[in-house]
Amino acid sequence: MTEIAEPMPTAMPVSLHTGDAATKRLKARYAAERRFRLYGILAILFACSMLVILLSTLLKEGTSAFFQTEVKLAVTIDAGTIDPQGTGNPAEWDRGAFQTLVTDALYKAFPDVTGRTEKRDLRGLVSPVAGVRLGQMLDKNPALVGQTIEVWLPASDGINQIVKGGIDRDLPEIERPINDKQLAWFDSLQQRGDVKSAFNTTFFTASDSNYPELAGLLGAAVGTLLTMLVTLAISLPIGVAAAVYLEEFAPKNRFTEIIEVNINNLAAVPSIVFGLLGLAVFLNFFGMPRSAPLVGGLVLGLLVLPTIIIASRAALKAVPPSIREAALGMGASRLQTVMHHVLPLAMPGIMTGTIIGMAHAVGETAPLLMIGMNAFVTSAPDSLLASSSVLPVQIFIWADKPERGFVELTSAAILVLLAFLILMNGAAIWLRKKFERRW
Amino acid sequence: MSPTEHTVKSFEAELQRLSNLIAQMGGVVEAQVEAAVQAVGRRDVEGATKVMQGDVRLDEFERQIEHDAIRMLALRAPVGVDLREVLAALKISADLERTGDYAANIAKRSIALAQLPVMRPAGTIPRMGRLVQEMLKDVLDAYIDRDVEKAVAAWHRDEELDDLYTSLFREVLTYMMEDPRNITPCTHLLFIAKNLERAGDHATNIAETVHFLVRGQPLTAERPKGDKSSFTIIEPVEGEG
Amino acid sequence: MDSMTLNKPVQAAVTQPVKVSARDVKVYYGAKRALHGVNVDIYQNEVLAMIGPSGCGKSTFLRTLNRMNDTIDICRVEGKILLDGEDIYDPKLDVVQLRARVGMVFQKPNPFPKSIYENVIYGPKLHGLATRKDEFDAIVETSLKRAGLWNEVKDRLHEPGTGLSGGQQQRLCIARAVAVSPEVILMDEPCSALDPIATAHIEELIDELRESFTIAIVTHNMQQAARVSQRTAFFHLGDLVEVGDTEEIFTNPRDERTQGYITGRYG
Repeated sequence: MTEIAEPMPTAMPVSLHTGDAATKRLKARYAAERRFRLYGILAILFACSMLVILLSTLLKEGTSAFFQTEVKLAVTIDAGTIDPQGTGNPAEWDRGAFQTLVTDALYKAFPDVTGRTEKRDLRGLVSPVAGVRLGQMLDKNPALVGQTIEVWLPASDGINQIVKGGIDRDLPEIERPINDKQLAWFDSLQQRGDVKSAFNTTFFTASDSNYPELAGLLGAAVGTLLTMLVTLAISLPIGVAAAVYLEEFAPKNRFTEIIEVNINNLAAVPSIVFGLLGLAVFLNFFGMPRSAPLVGGLVLGLLVLPTIIIASRAALKAVPPSIREAALGMGASRLQTVMHHVLPLAMPGIMTGTIIGMAHAVGETAPLLMIGMNAFVTSAPDSLLASSSVLPVQIFIWADKPERGFVELTSAAILVLLAFLILMNGAAIWLRKKFERRW
Repeated sequence: MSPTEHTVKSFEAELQRLSNLIAQMGGVVEAQVEAAVQAVGRRDVEGATKVMQGDVRLDEFERQIEHDAIRMLALRAPVGVDLREVLAALKISADLERTGDYAANIAKRSIALAQLPVMRPAGTIPRMGRLVQEMLKDVLDAYIDRDVEKAVAAWHRDEELDDLYTSLFREVLTYMMEDPRNITPCTHLLFIAKNLERAGDHATNIAETVHFLVRGQPLTAERPKGDKSSFTIIEPVEGEG
Repeated sequence: MDSMTLNKPVQAAVTQPVKVSARDVKVYYGAKRALHGVNVDIYQNEVLAMIGPSGCGKSTFLRTLNRMNDTIDICRVEGKILLDGEDIYDPKLDVVQLRARVGMVFQKPNPFPKSIYENVIYGPKLHGLATRKDEFDAIVETSLKRAGLWNEVKDRLHEPGTGLSGGQQQRLCIARAVAVSPEVILMDEPCSALDPIATAHIEELIDELRESFTIAIVTHNMQQAARVSQRTAFFHLGDLVEVGDTEEIFTNPRDERTQGYITGRYG
């Protein structure tokens, strides 16, 4: 023991890879590795916490939009009021008169309210457009005319916010849109059991409106769908064809190199530039209608084209050359080689690229503003040339509105958009898995 | 011969070692033949015994060479000149071993001859022995130097050896016919001469092997037609006469 | 070079008719010349092995035989390659037809990522050799039998070909090449990715296939060249240095470069 231990400090260690210095080096290496792993974990934690904050804010703000406060009123459908000409044809009804029916029912529910200001305050309990809901009900069931029926009608935005807690009822009277008298009436309604919180179907069945309790996403969703269809129809065939030609057929020379560089640069061009292009070419030159899903789709199609070309080329490049050789060696022509073997093998990659490109397009706002897709459209588009909005633009519009009700609608719309994206990405993963299993 | 060395150095070393073993073994065989022939001439029983004992070493040499050659065949899978090198080593070692056996046999017979009266034809034996030694020396030198010319020259000298053997054969037969008492020493002499003649044949084998080793083709292709029959035909003719 | 004069007597010894004949074949990649005028005959039902150090042009030469080099833009071929006396670089000759006559097996087993069945019928389908299902079935069976793979895969013909072992995949590729009944089969280092047992299977197969086809094989494994071929060609720096009987090349090569290469003295 002592014989060995003595010369050790001075003499060279037996091996370069044992001994104190080596142990120190090893320790330093492990420490560096641990540090790096720690940084990685911290980065992931940061990203995750940001995501959690975003989602929780959206959920907190947005979920309430899926519910709406409704008030039960006994409405007498007076034929004379809504159908002054007495035609009996729902198309001839006086649409404005339905709101009168609602206010009449309200006055009947609170018979002791008489003053002009008090009556106005009382009318503030229900939505100023509650009559529209009543009209829709009667359209479906005209037999109700002349009867007195109990209906649930949307409460006004102020009441809605008080119920959901968006506005604190303990605030001084001046600072809230609902005054003390209105609160008292509402409380008495509540005691009678004539107030409930219902699922906000309007949000999914209606289009944009100036009244948050009447605004919905249907128009924007249909617009997005139509726009995306156009985008896909334009960008997928052109993108894949361009990628196949560049990758499999084009000679490698200066000219194709320039094209390649330009495609790569195009992918990095700010999206608003594509909007300007759409404005100049599609609207001004070709004279296409503003705000149309066709134009939006064309612009977004151009926007995602480089992405799809790049992704498709990468997918084609990833197909092993041995497969091409095998097919060519069997006597297949170049086109047959591509069609029979290369393209099917590249399909999962192309699909992934395409769907990611589409997901990018779904969230795109700026270029669509340039071609007027921020128009106020109150109905879902029925054709590719009809005026329409799209989800991100709708969000953009709502975010600008002052009413408290639109704040929660904005969050809810963002949630819907996110769901849309998750759905699309899910589809991408599903398609990739499916095709990978097949080949 | 080869312009460059093997990429695998150990292969080169193994081939060199094989070649060296052959050279060493050849040296031993030369010495054995020389000593055996001397023992005959000088009636040296002690020298003869040494030769007989020395044969063991040659067997060891042969085993070693065989072992190395098999190992190289199995592990290196030699081709081309390397294949010929290994094959040549195998063949030459067998020829040398056989030659060593003849030397031992000559030594053995020399002990018997020493107890018998001197026969006159015995004078041819040292001449034959010298010739065999020279042939052996030349073919071994040819092997070491990869010298085909030298090998072929040695190969041609076998004729001379055969002629000596033929004349000795005739002479011995005459002596045996003269006096039956001569039969014992003459038979021994005849066998000694025959051994030397066979040793010469093995030397020509080695020459042929050297030719194959260097040129990649058997020597027979260049052989003059008349030569081949010369030593096979003589024996039966003389036997009958 | 003098390789032409060297291989003359050997050629005379072969009795089979010439199947493929290369005359002064030069191949250029852009400005660089990869082959400097190769002259060689491949006889019917013969296996010709091509050996040589990497980059010597043996694969390049093999690929000129079914015009696989056409797929490389910068590649240019000069000289004549005659298949049954017909110049395969004649512009009138159809490449698709040529590749049906001259099949190819590659270094890495490259079955299509489809079923075994589809792999085999791909060629016949492409060239319209069969139309009915029973015809395809027959082609699949005979081809797989020829490739010595039938017994191993007959119960799973519709499973993916990529699920087979490396050696089986290579035999599937051979079956695929054989399915169109080519006259010549080119093999580019067909065993370099296989283990010794799989290699032995392929080598045995090559020997059997020789009865029906003419085979040219490029290999880095000299023992393999020695085992499977009747004649061997040695390429060096774009030259065909020596071509002759395999036995001759491996016991007594004429050229010093061949000697150096096969014995491992290559500088």
